Amino acid sequence: MVATSAGRKRRFGRLDIWIWGFLTPTVVLYGLYTVYPIIASYWYSFVEWNGFEADKEFVGLRNYQEVLADPLFWNTFKITVLFMVATVPIKVISTLFVAILLNSPKMPFRGLFRTAFFLPVVTTTAIVGVVMQFVFDPASGPVNLLLMKLGLVDEGINFLGSSSTALWTVVGVYVWKWFGITLIYWLAALQTIPDELYEAARIDGASPWGLMRWITMPLLKPFTIIITLLTLESTLKIFDLMLTMTNGGPYYSTEVVEIYIYRWAFAATVPQLGFASAAAVIFGLFVCFVGLFQLLGIRAARKAWSVT
Amino acid sequence: MTVVSETSLSAGSRRSARRNRWRPAAILRRLPWWIAAAVLAGGAFLWVYPFLWMVSASLKDPLEIFASGLQLIPDSLIWENYQRAWTDARFGQYLANTVIVTVATVVLVVVRCAMAGYVLGRYGFRGKKIVMGVLVATLFVPTGYTIIPVVDISNKLGLLNSLTGMIIALAGGPHVAGILLYAGYFRGLPKELEEAAVMDGAGFLSVFFRVMLPLANPVTATVTLLTFMATWNAFFLPLVFTFSRPDLRTLSVGMLAFVGEDSIDWSGMAAAAVISLLPIVALFIFLQRYFVEGIAGAVKS
Repeated sequence: MVATSAGRKRRFGRLDIWIWGFLTPTVVLYGLYTVYPIIASYWYSFVEWNGFEADKEFVGLRNYQEVLADPLFWNTFKITVLFMVATVPIKVISTLFVAILLNSPKMPFRGLFRTAFFLPVVTTTAIVGVVMQFVFDPASGPVNLLLMKLGLVDEGINFLGSSSTALWTVVGVYVWKWFGITLIYWLAALQTIPDELYEAARIDGASPWGLMRWITMPLLKPFTIIITLLTLESTLKIFDLMLTMTNGGPYYSTEVVEIYIYRWAFAATVPQLGFASAAAVIFGLFVCFVGLFQLLGIRAARKAWSVT
Repeated sequence: MTVVSETSLSAGSRRSARRNRWRPAAILRRLPWWIAAAVLAGGAFLWVYPFLWMVSASLKDPLEIFASGLQLIPDSLIWENYQRAWTDARFGQYLANTVIVTVATVVLVVVRCAMAGYVLGRYGFRGKKIVMGVLVATLFVPTGYTIIPVVDISNKLGLLNSLTGMIIALAGGPHVAGILLYAGYFRGLPKELEEAAVMDGAGFLSVFFRVMLPLANPVTATVTLLTFMATWNAFFLPLVFTFSRPDLRTLSVGMLAFVGEDSIDWSGMAAAAVISLLPIVALFIFLQRYFVEGIAGAVKS
C-alpha cells in the first residue's frame, strides 16, 4: 500500500494505520463469518460434497439442475411467498389501528397495553415455538380445551398435525409474536406528526374523520412503505418458529427455504452440502431481490416525503 | 374515528375536561375510550395468555395439566418441576452456556461496532465507500444462507464443537445496524471535541476511549440491548454448533432437544421454558424504554 501510493499526494500515513486498525476486528470477524460465507456459497454450489469431512468434487451446474427440478424446492418458495402474503397485510393494518388508539393521551392504560403487546417480541422464538406445540395440542392444549368447552368443536383440532391448518396456525403465532415490533414502528411514525397541525385543523372546524383523512393518513404515507417493507423482509426469517413448531411438516406443508437447506445439509443421513448450497444461493438471490425492491421503495418514500 | 380528534385537545381544555370528568356529558364523551380500552384489554390478555399458561403449567402436578388445563391457578404449587428441569433436563447447564455465550458476544460486537462506526463516521479514507457498500449490502443476510460455509470454516479452524467457536461465529454475524448507529452518532458530534483533546496532547486511542466512547453511551446502550436480545434468542447457529456436544447447548437448543426426548413431561417443559424466558423478560420489564427506542430507531432513520 505504502509503495504504490508513495508518489501520490496522500500517503498511507499514521492516521490510516489507526483507521484500518480500528476496522480490523470487524474486517476479520465479519469478513470471515459473513462476507466469506456469502462468496463461498457460490463455489460450494458447484461441487458434490457429502459431509464436512468429505472431499469436494466439481460437478458444474448439476446441483442447480437438481434443485430446480425438485418440486419440493418450488414448494418451499410457494410456502415462503404464501406466508408473506398472508402475514404482511394482517400485521401492518391491525397494528396501525392499535397504534392510533395507543397514541392518544386519552387512552386509559396505554403504557400497560403497549408492554403487553410488545412482550412476545423479546422472548426466544425457539422456546415460544416449542411452548406453542403444547398450547395447540389436539388433546390437552388450552386452545382446544376452550373450543371444546364452548361447544364449538366436538373433538380437538390437530392444528399443527394437519397440512391444511399447520401453516395458518404458524401465521397466527407469527403475527402474535412480532405484532409489537410493527406496533412500535407505527407509534414512532405517529409521533412525528406535530400536535399543532391537529389543533390548527380543529380551529378550522375539521371533523375527527377529516383529521384522519387529511392529516394522519397523508403524513403516514411514506412510513407505510417503509413499515410494509421492513415487515416483508422480516417474514423471510421464520426458521426458528417453523422448525420448533412444525419442523417443516406435516408432509412438507410448512417447509420454508431455510428448513429445506437445513434438512439437506444437517438433518439428512448423507448430507448434500453442494446441493443445499445451490438452494442457499438461489435463496440468497431471492433475498437480494427483495432487498433491492426495498431500497427502491424507501427511495420512493423519501421522495414522497420531501414533496409533502 | 373520534379517536384522533381527542389527541389534539389543548392543555387548557384537557384541564377542564378533568374537572368535568364525572358530569354525564363528560362520561358519555369518554365512553368510546372505555369501550376501546375494553377491546384492547381483551387483546392484551390474549397476548400474555401463553406466558400465563406456561407459568401456571410449570407449577402444576403433571396430571393436573391434563385434567384441568384451563384453570390458571394450580391446586398446589409443585416446585419439583423446576428441580427436574434444572438438574435432570440440564437447564442449569444450558443457562450457564447461554449467559457465557451472550455476554462474550455482546462485548465483542459492541467493541467492534463502536470502533468501526467511529472511523467510518468521522474519517474519510481510501476504501471507505467499498466498506460501506459491503456493509449495507449485507444488512439483511439470513442465517440459512451463510450457515454451511460458517460451519465449514469453524470446522477447519477447530472451533466447531466449542462455546468459543459459537461466540466468534455469532460475533462475526452481520450486526450492520450497530455499526451504522455508531457511525451516524459519531458523524453528528462537533469537530471541536477532538481538536481540543488533540491540543491537550491526546492521541488517537485516548481521543476515542476518553472523549468519544463515553459520549456515545446512548448508542452503546441500544447496541448492547439489541445484540443481547439477538444472541440470547439465537437458535440456528447454536443448533448446528452443538450436534455432537449436548453439554454445550444453549437454552433454545436445549428446549427443542428436551421435547424431542420427553414429550410427556408437560410441567417439566413449562418449567424449562420459564427458566429460559425469565432473564430476558425481566430485562425487558426494567429497560423497556431502551428496547422500544432501539427498535423505533429503525423507522426514524
